[in-house]
Amino acid sequence: MTNIDRVRGAQPIQITLEFVRPEFLLDVDLRLPGTGITVLFGASGSGKTTLLRCMAGLERAPRAIVTVNGSEWQHDVSLFLPTWRRPLGYVFQEPSLFAHLNVEQNIRYGLSRGAPASRKFSPSLDSLIDLLGISGLLHRKPTELSGGERQRVAIARALATQPQLLLLDEPLASLDQARRQEILPWLGRLRDELKIPMLYVTHAADEVARLADYLVVLERGRVRTAGPVSEVLSAVNPLVVLGDDAGALLDVKVAEHDQRWNLVRVEFPGGDLWLRDKGFSTGDSRGPCTGKSARVRVLARDVSIATERSTHTSIQNILPCVVESVVAELEESQSLVQLRCGESILLARVTSRAVASLGLIRGMQVWAQIKAVVLVD
Amino acid sequence: MTGWLDHESVETVLVTLKLAGLTTILLLILATPIAWWLARTKSAWRVPIASLVALPLVLPPTVLGFYLLVTLGPNGPIGQLTQAMGVGSFAFTFTGLVIGSLIYSLPFAVQPLQNAFEAMGERPLEVAATLRASPWDAFLTVVLPLARPGYLTAAILSFAHTVGEFGVVLMIGGNIPGKTRVVSTEIYGHVEAMEYAQAHALAGGMLLFSFTILLVMTWLNRNPMRALS
Repeated sequence: MTNIDRVRGAQPIQITLEFVRPEFLLDVDLRLPGTGITVLFGASGSGKTTLLRCMAGLERAPRAIVTVNGSEWQHDVSLFLPTWRRPLGYVFQEPSLFAHLNVEQNIRYGLSRGAPASRKFSPSLDSLIDLLGISGLLHRKPTELSGGERQRVAIARALATQPQLLLLDEPLASLDQARRQEILPWLGRLRDELKIPMLYVTHAADEVARLADYLVVLERGRVRTAGPVSEVLSAVNPLVVLGDDAGALLDVKVAEHDQRWNLVRVEFPGGDLWLRDKGFSTGDSRGPCTGKSARVRVLARDVSIATERSTHTSIQNILPCVVESVVAELEESQSLVQLRCGESILLARVTSRAVASLGLIRGMQVWAQIKAVVLVD
Repeated sequence: MTGWLDHESVETVLVTLKLAGLTTILLLILATPIAWWLARTKSAWRVPIASLVALPLVLPPTVLGFYLLVTLGPNGPIGQLTQAMGVGSFAFTFTGLVIGSLIYSLPFAVQPLQNAFEAMGERPLEVAATLRASPWDAFLTVVLPLARPGYLTAAILSFAHTVGEFGVVLMIGGNIPGKTRVVSTEIYGHVEAMEYAQAHALAGGMLLFSFTILLVMTWLNRNPMRALS
C-alpha cells in the first residue's frame, strides 16, 4: 500500500476554525489522516502555529470544532476540553524542558501523568530512551544539553504521556543546520515506528520533503492546498510556495545495484532512475537492498526538457514524458512545466523563452532530462 | 546586666523573632495568590490593586499604625467586631502587631513573587498542561520550584523588614515588655534613657543580623542547587 492509499483510508482528525487574529483571519476546515506525519507548511505569519495551539487548547478560539479519533475536544464555546485533559503530546519550538528537573525526571513527569496503558502505544522509560537515543543524558540538567539533545528529550517527554496525537511546532527552527541534520533521522524513525499521527508545523521545505505524508499549505490564515504530499508537490502551484525547493517527490523501490559505478537503479510508477548508491547498502556485506522502499526528490530546477532524445549527453536519467501543463511565472522570466511520466508527475523549471522556442504545449511528447536525484530518507 | 544582654532584652529579641517568623510564614501564604493574580491577570483592577499592595512602601509607618490603631481599637469597626466575637480588641496585643506587620511588609513579599511568576512566563504552564498536569498540579510541581529564588527573596525581605519596623509597632503594639516590645522600640527606649551600652548591644546585634541575612541571600541565589542538595 502506498502512502497515498494509506492516508485516504480514514480521516479521523477534524479541525474547523475561524479565529480573528490581529494580523489576519484564520479560517480553515481540515480533515486529516490518522497516521503518518501531516505537515502544516507556510511562511511565518500564515497561522500554522496558531492552528496547532487551537488544536491543543492552548489558544481558545470562540468558533472552532476539534475532533480527534471520534472524541470531540472543542465545539465552539459549548465544549472546551482544557489542554491537560486532551490526550496529546506537544513539542514546542524552543526546547521547553523543566529547568528544575534533570532529563529522567522530565520524562517521568510525562510518564506518571500519562493515560493508562493504551493499546496503540505503551511506552516505558527504557523504550523512549532507546527510541530517541538519550541513554547517556538521563542525569543531566537541561542546561547541560545541546539544543538538539534538549529537543529529543522534549519529544521523548511528549511521547511519555501516550498521546493519541503528537503536535510539533517547528521543532527544528531553533537549531542550527548541523543540529537539524542530527535530529531529522530521529523524526523519520518516529514516523516509521509509532502508530500515532503527527501534526508537524514548519516553514522549511527540506523538512516537508523528508517527513511529510500529507501536506497542508497555509497562506495568510487560509488553506491554499492540502493533500497527500506527492500530489500536492507535483501540482503546478508549489513553486510559488517552495521557491527554489520546488520539486516532485517519488516513492521508489530499489531494483538494481551497479557496484562498478556505485550506482543504484530505482523504479517508480512511470520509469526508473539511476542515482548514487548513498545509503542503500552502507556497510552491509549482503549487498544491495533490492526491493527496499525509499523516497527521492527531483527538484524542478534539476529537470530540463528536450523534444528529441539526446544520446550525446552526460545526463544519465532521461525519461519520456507528456506535457501536462505550462505555468508562466512572472518573476525571473521562468516557467514551470508539469510533466506526466507514467503515473507520476515531474516538475521542470525552464526559461519562458525555452517554452516558446520549443513550442511546449499540453499533450506534447518530450524527454525530461534529470540532472540530479536526491534521496530524502 | 548579666552578660551581653539582660533578661528583658532577651525576651524582646524572642518577641521580635517570633513576630518576624510568623509574619514571614503568613505573608508567603497570603502573597502567593495576590502575586499570581497580579502576574497573570488582564483585569482593569490590576493597577489599582497593585498600587494598594505597594502603598505601605510610600506611606509613613506612623500613618499606617495610626489607622490600624483606630480600626482595631475598642471603638474602631474591626475592634467592635472582634469584641462582639468575644476575642477582644487587637490593639496593644501581639496579634495586632502581626496584623500590622502583615500589611506593612506585604509589598516586600508580593513583589519578588510577582517578578518570579512574570519572569517564568506562560510556557512552563503550557508545557505542564500538555503533559496532563492539572492547573493545581502544575502550580505545585512546576511553578513553585521554578519560583524558588523569588520565595527566598520574599522570605528574607519580609523577615528583615518586619524586624526593622518601628512606627507601626509603636502605634499598634504599645511597647509592652515581653508582649509587644521589639528590638527596634527597645533600642529607642534605651537611647531615650541614655542607656547607650544596652542600645549598642542591641544595635550591634541588628547590624550583624542584617549583614548575615544579605550574605546568605546572595549566596543562596547564586548557588540555588548547591544550597539544597
